[in-house]
Amino acid sequence: MEIVNFTPISALIGGVLIGGASALFMLTNGKIAGISGITKGIVAACPTPQDRFWRIAFVLGLVLGGAGFVLFQPSLTAAPLQMHPVQMAFGGLLVGVGTAMGNGCTSGHGVCGLGRRSPRSLASVLTFMGAGFATMFIMTHVLNTGRF
Amino acid sequence: MKIYLSSFVSGLIFAIGLGFSGMMDPIKVQGFLDLAGKWDPSLALVMGGAVTVTFLMFPLIFKRKAPLLGGTFNLPTSVKIDKPLIGGALLFGIGWAISGLCPGPALANVATLNIGVLAYVVAMTTGWIAYQKIAVMDIRSHASTPKEAQKSVQDFCDEQCVVD
Repeated sequence: MEIVNFTPISALIGGVLIGGASALFMLTNGKIAGISGITKGIVAACPTPQDRFWRIAFVLGLVLGGAGFVLFQPSLTAAPLQMHPVQMAFGGLLVGVGTAMGNGCTSGHGVCGLGRRSPRSLASVLTFMGAGFATMFIMTHVLNTGRF
Repeated sequence: MKIYLSSFVSGLIFAIGLGFSGMMDPIKVQGFLDLAGKWDPSLALVMGGAVTVTFLMFPLIFKRKAPLLGGTFNLPTSVKIDKPLIGGALLFGIGWAISGLCPGPALANVATLNIGVLAYVVAMTTGWIAYQKIAVMDIRSHASTPKEAQKSVQDFCDEQCVVD
């Protein structure tokens, strides 16, 4: 193992902002800031049409906040990358099915679930991290497909 | 109106955190997941920083009877560590490594109009809808009465709608 590209200060600041946004959302709206669950409710099962509005507002903030980086600091985003659309669609499909089946992703189970000491979320985080490490090991050191 | 504004602002700050932390860059994410190669430990600090804040703040927030803008705290009630939880996390982890994106950073990257990002978002959305449709068909086929089917489908939808 060789450590490269380590950016501890910006990583910590970014992490605290992510946690802060999740805490703010819990304080004001009383809900888990789980991105897959929030967005899924816009397109899939949702109790009432009104229940979609706050979800749309959250995702709009997420997309516009990201757009700021795309405009002013594109090197921190996926803008300059050439990623194969088939590979990305395959990854996206697995993420979609997986987060619907397991009811959450890095934000819902990770940031919020661990924060509220949920054993279910801890099991989820350990599983998806393990699967992520194993998949990346196979991609880079067995299949030699490399990274982007 | 206030709940929509606070939702928007939460999403906005969340995205600023994602951008700062480097999580919007799939190379950085894959660099973290590649333990055995050239390893970039940054994302451990992103997660550590974020969880430290929620871990400390949530207990204080839950001392309140209700959220600041009214309503009730809407938290998952399920405590089962079951096959869908683990199977779903496995699929998610594999897709995360293949694409270098989890749902938040993917959506924050939509404005790049990068074809790979857009393909990911369309496929993820398809995956959500497909999973729910197949699960509902499966629940219906296993129920013995229409009434039981309706109740099971309703329970499934409720569970899918509480965000966790």
